Amino acid sequence: MELYELTVHELVEKLEKGEVTSEEITKSYFDRIKEKDSAVKAYVSTMEETALEKARSVDEARKAGKTVGKYAGIPIGIKDNLCITGTKTTCSSKMLENFVAPYNATVIEKLNKEDLVYLGKTNLDEFAMGSSTENSAFFDTKNPWDLDRVPGGSSGGSAAAVAADIAPWALGSDTGGSIRQPSSLCGVVGFKPTYGLVSRYGLVAFASSLDQIGPITKDVTDSAILLNLIAGHDSKDSTSVDVGEKDYTQALKNDVKGMKIGLPKEYFGEGINPEVKEAVLAVAKKYEELGATVEECSFDVGQYATSVYYVIADAEASSNLGRFDGIRYGFRSEKFENLKDIYKNSRSEGFGPEVKRRIMIGTYVLSSGYYDAYYKKAQKVRTVIKNSYNELFEKYDLLLTPVSPTTAFKIGEKCDNPLEMYIADICTVPVNIGGLPGMSIPCALDSNGLPIGFQLIGKAFDEETILRAAYTYEQNSNFRENRPTFKGGNK
Amino acid sequence: MAISKEEVEHIAKLASLNLTEEEKERYANDMTEILEFANMINSVNTDEVNETIGANENYNVFRKDEIVQTVDKETLLQNAPSQEDGMFRIPKVIN
Repeated sequence: MELYELTVHELVEKLEKGEVTSEEITKSYFDRIKEKDSAVKAYVSTMEETALEKARSVDEARKAGKTVGKYAGIPIGIKDNLCITGTKTTCSSKMLENFVAPYNATVIEKLNKEDLVYLGKTNLDEFAMGSSTENSAFFDTKNPWDLDRVPGGSSGGSAAAVAADIAPWALGSDTGGSIRQPSSLCGVVGFKPTYGLVSRYGLVAFASSLDQIGPITKDVTDSAILLNLIAGHDSKDSTSVDVGEKDYTQALKNDVKGMKIGLPKEYFGEGINPEVKEAVLAVAKKYEELGATVEECSFDVGQYATSVYYVIADAEASSNLGRFDGIRYGFRSEKFENLKDIYKNSRSEGFGPEVKRRIMIGTYVLSSGYYDAYYKKAQKVRTVIKNSYNELFEKYDLLLTPVSPTTAFKIGEKCDNPLEMYIADICTVPVNIGGLPGMSIPCALDSNGLPIGFQLIGKAFDEETILRAAYTYEQNSNFRENRPTFKGGNK
Repeated sequence: MAISKEEVEHIAKLASLNLTEEEKERYANDMTEILEFANMINSVNTDEVNETIGANENYNVFRKDEIVQTVDKETLLQNAPSQEDGMFRIPKVIN
């Protein structure tokens, strides 16, 4: 087995036994990137020189018997909306094409303390707005299972990188499904933690009340490990929550006996591809066999979540993106005569079509005369949705749903109709509205050989129950025996 | 309710965006369709509920008002499209 095929916990075992060095692991990844990334196009930028330098220094420290972090020398891919000091953070936008981050995101500070090695920055839909990574201003990322198809989005670069073995794990961000949906479409594990568990400091803001950073990994164990590394209260993010020290790997138990799982019937009806439905129901059956109670339930108000989402997310986005004015950082148009021109021309030339569309909608729903009817109403419906979740979680430990209504779609297929693209998020968006944790776990391939994922949704700050159930499923199934084929891509 | 071209122009002005004629037409259509979809929320009864402002219960989070050195000025200015004497350079504002 090649080094790049191993999970992080397997790599660490080899590092600890002295069977392999960090330099060898890192080199193995860059060799693999050179071989595969011209087809997959997961990375916006790579950092080979600094990565190998870092790997060598970790190896020397280990050799000299110095104390190093357990995960020191392990490479990682980082979504390009997270700031790493001194490196470009583009958000896959012309607006930030040449922006060099002047500080580290808190998650990066945390990974630096562990001496992880950065492979590069991964592609995304511009400013994380999209479900296919086709909104990147630079290039499309391809799905390793079929290069003619999208990897999902917005963390499509991170998910495709992990699926293609060009990163052992990666960080993504999730505002309406941007970790879970690409993970599902690429056959990897994606975890959106509870809002507030991971600091958002240094994550370029899209919709501040919905954004959350999380792990994209090859398996559930790695997900728990990476969550351990990034979780924790941060005074730089006033919405971050102090839940005390936790070791999420303690939750990795192969046992779901007595667990109560709700199956919201609304996610198994119209609009869900029959193969997806069948695969997720097979997971439900498996949980029953393993001793859990699975019961159909109703989450009727979930049908409004996507509408609520596009009001709240776009409102927050239009406000957050107001800072891009061509003055302090970011793109400045060359065409101007006065200050107003700089603002308008820089924004018009620097933002792509989807970002502009969302700024327009966000500005509209916040504008005088429409604020109450859209924004305030959406915030109230958000409360109704949260209340409905609370009621469900009085009865159930977890909810089980599909992640995406379909498997990976063809590149270009949904580009002409924004609403059709938005509906790709119906199963994931409600979780962000509720601020809850949700995980995508791969479970099957469809008749085209494309991955299908299922979603586990838990109570706020109960990441452990999700991890335990996901781990149990993984231990009793064999999805990882399937490998991406890299077929297609000849067009 | 269809969004008119005039409304698109008004919103673009508020958002500091220039739109081409083609974009105006496109966004008028897209916004009509998306807002119609968003209007679904009006069928939910919200008489008895308050707005959710943030995803969690945090309301005011205070810290001491102390001066701390975070990022130095030179580093921050490196990203400025135009700068002079340690300041952002912009066109003349007052005639």
